[in-house]
Amino acid sequence: MYPFTLVKVNDTAAAIKSASGNEHAKFIGGGTNLVDLMKMNIEKPEKLIDLNRLALKKIEKLSNGNILVGALVTNTDLAYHPLIRSHYPLLSEAILAGASPQLRNVATTGGNLLQRTRCYYFYDTATPCNKREPGSGCSAISGYSRIHAILGTSEQCIATHPSDMCVAMTALEAIIHVEGKDGKRIIAFSDFHSLPGEHPHIENTLAPADLIIAAEIPALGFAANSTYVKVRDRSSFDFALASAAVALDVQAGSVKHARIALGGVGTKPWRALAAEQALIDKPATMSHFELAADEELKNAKTTLYNSFKKELAKRTLISALQKTGGMV
Amino acid sequence: MSAIVGQPVDRKDGRLKVTGAAPYAAEFFQAGLVYGVPVQSTITLGHINNIDSSEAKKIKGVIDILTYKNAMSLHQTAGGDPNSGKFSEKDLLPLQSERIYYNGQHIAVVIAETFEIAEHAAALLRIDYNEEKPVIDIAQSEAKTYRPQQGLGGGSPQLKRGEADDGLDRAGVKFEQTYTTPVYHHNPMEPHSTCAYWDGDSLTVYDATQGVFGVQNLLANGMGIPKEKVRVISPFIGGGFGSKGFTWANTFLAPMAAKLVNRPVKIVLSRSFQMFTCAGRRSSTIQKISLGADSGGKISSGKHETTSETSFVDEFVEQAGIATRILYDLANLDIIQNLVRLHRGTPCPTRAPGEAPGTYAFEVAMDELAEKLNIDPLQLRLINYAEKNPFDGKEFSGKNLKWCYQQGAASIGWKDRSSKPGAVKEGKYLIGYGMATATYPANRSKASVKLKLYADGHAVAACCTQDIGTGTYTIMAQIMADILGLPMDKVEMKLGDSLFPQGPNSGGSQTMATTAPAVRAAALQAKSRTIQLAIADKRSPFYQQQEADIIAADGKLYVQHDQARQETYSQILSRNKMEWIDADATTDVTLKDGQKGPENDQAKKPAENPFAKQDEKMDREKYAFHSFGAHFVKVRVDSLTGMVKVEKISSAMDVGKILNEKTAKSQIMGGAIFGIGMALMEGSVYDPQTGRIVTKDLADYHVPVHADIPAFDVQFTDMPDYNISLVGSRGAGEIGITGITAAIANAVYNATGKRVRDLPMTPDKLLA
Repeated sequence: MYPFTLVKVNDTAAAIKSASGNEHAKFIGGGTNLVDLMKMNIEKPEKLIDLNRLALKKIEKLSNGNILVGALVTNTDLAYHPLIRSHYPLLSEAILAGASPQLRNVATTGGNLLQRTRCYYFYDTATPCNKREPGSGCSAISGYSRIHAILGTSEQCIATHPSDMCVAMTALEAIIHVEGKDGKRIIAFSDFHSLPGEHPHIENTLAPADLIIAAEIPALGFAANSTYVKVRDRSSFDFALASAAVALDVQAGSVKHARIALGGVGTKPWRALAAEQALIDKPATMSHFELAADEELKNAKTTLYNSFKKELAKRTLISALQKTGGMV
Repeated sequence: MSAIVGQPVDRKDGRLKVTGAAPYAAEFFQAGLVYGVPVQSTITLGHINNIDSSEAKKIKGVIDILTYKNAMSLHQTAGGDPNSGKFSEKDLLPLQSERIYYNGQHIAVVIAETFEIAEHAAALLRIDYNEEKPVIDIAQSEAKTYRPQQGLGGGSPQLKRGEADDGLDRAGVKFEQTYTTPVYHHNPMEPHSTCAYWDGDSLTVYDATQGVFGVQNLLANGMGIPKEKVRVISPFIGGGFGSKGFTWANTFLAPMAAKLVNRPVKIVLSRSFQMFTCAGRRSSTIQKISLGADSGGKISSGKHETTSETSFVDEFVEQAGIATRILYDLANLDIIQNLVRLHRGTPCPTRAPGEAPGTYAFEVAMDELAEKLNIDPLQLRLINYAEKNPFDGKEFSGKNLKWCYQQGAASIGWKDRSSKPGAVKEGKYLIGYGMATATYPANRSKASVKLKLYADGHAVAACCTQDIGTGTYTIMAQIMADILGLPMDKVEMKLGDSLFPQGPNSGGSQTMATTAPAVRAAALQAKSRTIQLAIADKRSPFYQQQEADIIAADGKLYVQHDQARQETYSQILSRNKMEWIDADATTDVTLKDGQKGPENDQAKKPAENPFAKQDEKMDREKYAFHSFGAHFVKVRVDSLTGMVKVEKISSAMDVGKILNEKTAKSQIMGGAIFGIGMALMEGSVYDPQTGRIVTKDLADYHVPVHADIPAFDVQFTDMPDYNISLVGSRGAGEIGITGITAAIANAVYNATGKRVRDLPMTPDKLLA
């Protein structure tokens, strides 16, 4: 670990001011990912700005029925909140499918949005990685790529986005509230994370010194009928090989509305619009679930060690559709 | 007369451990202590051109940097017997040259005032290498196969019994398959760690080791100082699983660094990378099994051919065929062992070395053969049951495997198993049952114990062996308590210090079987000496009584047929103005009286302690010493996603007398949990281009978590084996991991109809 200074701030303005003009400054919330990366000499901030005194720890229901989740709300508090459990089971289940209770107790909502990939090579400073050192090359494409992405990849990077929470949030079309040097603004969830493209080190659309204030979850009645299915090598404390967040509105045996997202297979939390389209106004049957899964994965691009992911992602999605479609 | 032995007594050190008060090797603070952070090679083969430490040395608090240029010269550390110490890489003593043999080899130690400074400075070293093309995979064309002649323990890994090729040719039913297992890393909770300090030419080392005595030997030899000048201390070990059975570079680097800076130095290997590169591993294996049987299921012939890996700096053989020699009554058998040298660190014993991967392959093959023959897998094992040891024709010292089969089958509900795979469905889940035989040798070697029985009525015994987390402190105290008739809080076992009499390396599941007889003999001698004092003393109520009539129980001594005649140890010793009574015992079953040992060239003398003498008759001419057992498993497989959940494990084990039911069960469960790891998730991966470790920490290397662990039913025959010792107990350690992986694999096949022959059986492999 490289040496750094730690600064505690009392409000958002002070946080933003403290970060402004210093490209080696980083905000820290729970630190469950950042500190690991610092220990591995991957992140080398010179200044850490501790946000934990900020008043961003509330979950509140807005007058329009949406739910506003403060950036410092812990994963545990969000997952077990009665409104989330009853109205958005997919979000509660997604969070509880990740990490361990100890980590969830300190990991924050804002930090989870910025979670970095678990690519083996990103974590190993002795190997080339375009995300860690732009232009150095990708060790994963020709290396051991079993856990890597098959959707949204580029010639420069196939690193998987690791978050479970974000998969549910993209399905729910959450809105990210940001405050920066030029005031407040909102970012649609689908615009928040960037595809790797030519610049895999750029992972989101935040500007320097931007601070995440909250995540707003829009009201979505049928999200009460939703689930998160996660397939992994062991039963807990493991990242997804494939996961699916599904909310389904089934009326008289037919799908009226669907929200679908995939995890463990995309370079960003993967909204499955093609699968949603394929299901609308179709009977909630196994054959249509299979067609929808095929549609979403038909352009997946696999590498030597992850060719299984295309089939696994389909089956994971089908499993979630069966659960929400009342078939299991 | 055994009130306490056998009971599920809580660990004496349990509270110390859970409150963090038990000191591990990295937790001994010495005034002036500084921190060493080892730096590893990032290339796989070649040599170092230059180490640029200019940036690192600018950091305030950096004291010095140990490299091959300023390291002390080490002497070759002869010896290969783990009891007397085995350095894991005999041709790569640390920091002796610029040559690189594997990725992750230690090349420097940064020494600084704090751990944080040392870590930071370590990241600033710039190493310039000359790289060469390494051999990184068994299957690579450059990889050359050869047949090793010595396995762990010295015997040949090759075996030819009868005419296997002929037998296979003539067999009515033939079966042949190849199974592969990946590299495994031990991952004890406590990383390898060493604290060392010099006082003049005397060296004290706190080391995380399964063999304190061996480390003392190795350091004395390696550093060229007399053994008496080296003290090694290791009171608690946070698991070893074999990785701390051989000695690794860190044990030398700490005293080398301490010499360089003339301060005490602590070195702890990091969980990520270092614990996966320079602390041993289990070799990968490729195992081809051939079986030939008649239609009734009698197997006439078998062949078990293994290819495993070793390094270019030492030879270690993962002898997967070792248990096949004794498992079943096969008249014709070929065991073939091939070895390939790779540019990786050297493998070492890992959780039942040989037996664990070997029983996986062979016991799955048995399941496959049973299906081919249309015979129940359990029945096939009974048809081929070995009453005598097929390896040497000797009687087993005690074998009650049929009881294990019976109890395990009843516990899991074997009768509910459908012989047709994929036939039992519960919703989207497929249900399956599997079983396999477990076996492990019953090892016992030499131990010496000294014991003091104090006038205040408590007793302390000491032996230089270790409690590696298995319960040795507690079990030895139980033995003392029963013999001396004292409660558990009045008896204490001391372990893990080279000042104590020599005990065994804690490998091969031998600690208890080796140490307990010596503790027993020492306790009996102390009791006897006390009683003899009393019966010769007119002032004692025992005056002129027979020694044999005097019983020790409930904290006192009394005459069996006249219980009113009683007194305490305190009364006897105080009357004689003695502070304590000494006893000592050496039980040595490795050699017969008069034979010469490998270490000191001195002929073995008969034991002086009469109780020890009674207990040295481990007749290897007459008996074969092995434990057996059976694992039965029920699994539930998600038919859509391929995720496997082990629902229940029923294990029935025959390991002789059980000394502590709780710690014995924990051992079997722990082994079986590692079996879940092997079957479903564990395995290390190396980069296919560079040979560098890819799965470099516990996020990427998966061991089972609580959610993976099922309900257990562990049963023991608890039948004493007095052929191994008068304590009657065989080791109950590594046997737990044997067979279990096969039992799970067989259950997954029974559930799904999919036979995965390449471990681990991750969800992707069950999709097809």
